[in-house]
Amino acid sequence: MTTRLMQGSEAVAEAALAAGCRFFSGYPMTPFTELLENMGRKLPGAGGVCMNAASEIEAVNMTIGAAATGARVATGSCGQGLALMQEGIAELALNELPAVIFNMARGQQDYFQATRGGGWGDYRTITLAPRDVPEAVEHTQLLFYLADRYRTPVVLYGDYVIAHSTVGIDVQPIEFPATAPKDWALDGSMSGTGRARQIWTWALGKPNTPGPGPNGSWELIAEKYDQIGRAEARHEAYRTDDADVVLVSFGTTSVFVDSVVDELREDGVRVGSFRPITLWPFPGDALEQATRGCAHVLVYELNAGQLVDDVRMHAADRSVIRSIGGVSQDPSGMRQGDLLNADILRHRVRDALGLTPQGATS
Amino acid sequence: MSSQLVVEFKPKLLQSSEHELCPGCGHSVAFRVVLDVVEELDLKPVLLAGHGCYTQLMVQSDLDSLQCLHGRAPAAATGVKRMLPTTPVITLQGDGDMVTEGLHEILHAAARGEQFTALLFNNGVFGDTGGHLTATTVVGQRTKTSLEGRDPALHGYPLNIGQLLAQVEGAAYVARGAVNSAGMIARTQRMVRRALELQLEGAGFTFVEILTMCPTGWFVPTSEGPEYLEDAMITTFGIGELKAPPG
Amino acid sequence: MTVPTVPTRPIAPTVPTRGTVKIDVEACKGCDLCIDACRPGVLTMTTDRFNQRGYRFPELRAGCTACRACAQVCPDFVFQVWKFDTPVELPEGPVPDAALHRDVERQREQRS
Repeated sequence: MTTRLMQGSEAVAEAALAAGCRFFSGYPMTPFTELLENMGRKLPGAGGVCMNAASEIEAVNMTIGAAATGARVATGSCGQGLALMQEGIAELALNELPAVIFNMARGQQDYFQATRGGGWGDYRTITLAPRDVPEAVEHTQLLFYLADRYRTPVVLYGDYVIAHSTVGIDVQPIEFPATAPKDWALDGSMSGTGRARQIWTWALGKPNTPGPGPNGSWELIAEKYDQIGRAEARHEAYRTDDADVVLVSFGTTSVFVDSVVDELREDGVRVGSFRPITLWPFPGDALEQATRGCAHVLVYELNAGQLVDDVRMHAADRSVIRSIGGVSQDPSGMRQGDLLNADILRHRVRDALGLTPQGATS
Repeated sequence: MSSQLVVEFKPKLLQSSEHELCPGCGHSVAFRVVLDVVEELDLKPVLLAGHGCYTQLMVQSDLDSLQCLHGRAPAAATGVKRMLPTTPVITLQGDGDMVTEGLHEILHAAARGEQFTALLFNNGVFGDTGGHLTATTVVGQRTKTSLEGRDPALHGYPLNIGQLLAQVEGAAYVARGAVNSAGMIARTQRMVRRALELQLEGAGFTFVEILTMCPTGWFVPTSEGPEYLEDAMITTFGIGELKAPPG
Repeated sequence: MTVPTVPTRPIAPTVPTRGTVKIDVEACKGCDLCIDACRPGVLTMTTDRFNQRGYRFPELRAGCTACRACAQVCPDFVFQVWKFDTPVELPEGPVPDAALHRDVERQREQRS
């Protein structure tokens, strides 16, 4: 065990390499840039390639090509850069190509992008939202496994705090079950054999090896995502068993939420917290169970209301749901702002519950 | 009379010769040239194709193939070649795909000296969508989005992508051929062979543009396609090796 | 007065021929490119006969040189080119067995 002081971006890069990532492409953009820098420093020594692409569009398309060869590959940006990659992410999904997409987000405003996607077609991405650097390290490795296992792009929803915090950490490789051999991967070896391979979202195949075609292929892919939806939802419920009030949040915010839960419990409030770890598939059944019988379901997210849509879809009683977060970016616009603050959170929760004010308003 | 077979109906690397291209289309003529060279050099390449009438030729080919987003084949090819440095990699795009949508990707791939061979089948129109203006449509060419003919005042001038790429230091070989006559076809075949040989030598980014006939898009009878190509496109763009290593 | 020489038997005109082609009639889309490309000019498009898809198609006359220009310029893979080991004299006019006819409808049905 060697615990080292490491920036979150470096720890995530180490985790990607430990998971076998051998191709990374990216375009600098705060707060993702350090992940690109770290991959650039570490990949060549591991026999891999890191490309500083000429645009985010180029980065995701390089990743498609690298993924088609069967390598473990990744790309990323923040939400603003991922906006350009949406077509490419859909293409990965509908080509059934594995790839890890890192969103080192500027805050929590990319929840819709991360769960609904802005590409075309019937596709989803398994999206994990770690709460801190150790979880990001674990999720990164899990994502490379899930990508290969299900032949799909997958997303890590990190953020400025995770990317830029320096923590003491020991990045340990995690072992996962073996995944199927990638006999669909292209390397030219089948050229000229009469059974050359083809990767195309239209899935027509070649004359000697016809495929199911667009309709058939997209139906199969949609069924696959249904299957993933039933098998891969993850969540954390904290002190919800006897809770009257459940605070719902995701990512870094949940650390603040849990500290306020403990304080309120000291004051005798029967409060618990719930966070989806997979933003997709959303752990709807677990949320329903955790919020059964609650008088209040308070959603604290740093945006105008995105996670709350999924809470409304799944919570036991929609009428008790309230959003108590809001848009919150710091003056640079590149990281979370004032609402990532336990005092303000405490004040808003107590206000929502009609308790004596405590904490800060700003 | 005993005799030798000189040319088979179709190249060995075509699984089927039944395509849906228009009568008089130059794309399949150009693709035959490419497949003949690949077979002659005994290569086992990966082919990446963009979106256009030629995409079905990728489908018919007996080559490991990746179909790419419009304009993005050079980026995908970068990913493929960086992961498989000893595998020959060929991209195939039309003028709509490469010069219109994908100008950014082809220039940057060339600048980086990416070690694949980029092919451009240039017929000066977006054929697959029915015949629309592209960045290489010549002045005066009528298309469905330039009904009176390309007018510089309204539509600007065509881009000479070969000329642009020849100025890029990372490009090792830049050539333009055509398929409007048997003589041009033979000359173009030599260009494709040179480009692929240079890729195998690790010389850098190689590029062959092949002017192809699109009588449908050009509103001319099929038999006049070759002459129109000569008069409109060869006079605008020229034929030959624009950049080549010595020897 | 000179007496014209009368040949002992009639001489049909012949054409030196170095090769031949097989023409996949059903593959043709009637584009005419082979006609102009043919160097000895021994290909002619039919005028009132059509293949199963409704296109006119080329027919071969004696005099082929196996230059393979037709196969090179054809977009539809219609031609297979053969070169004779030694040139022959063929009777001027159509080469009878150049055309290859396939029943494409039956072939399509068999495939599907």
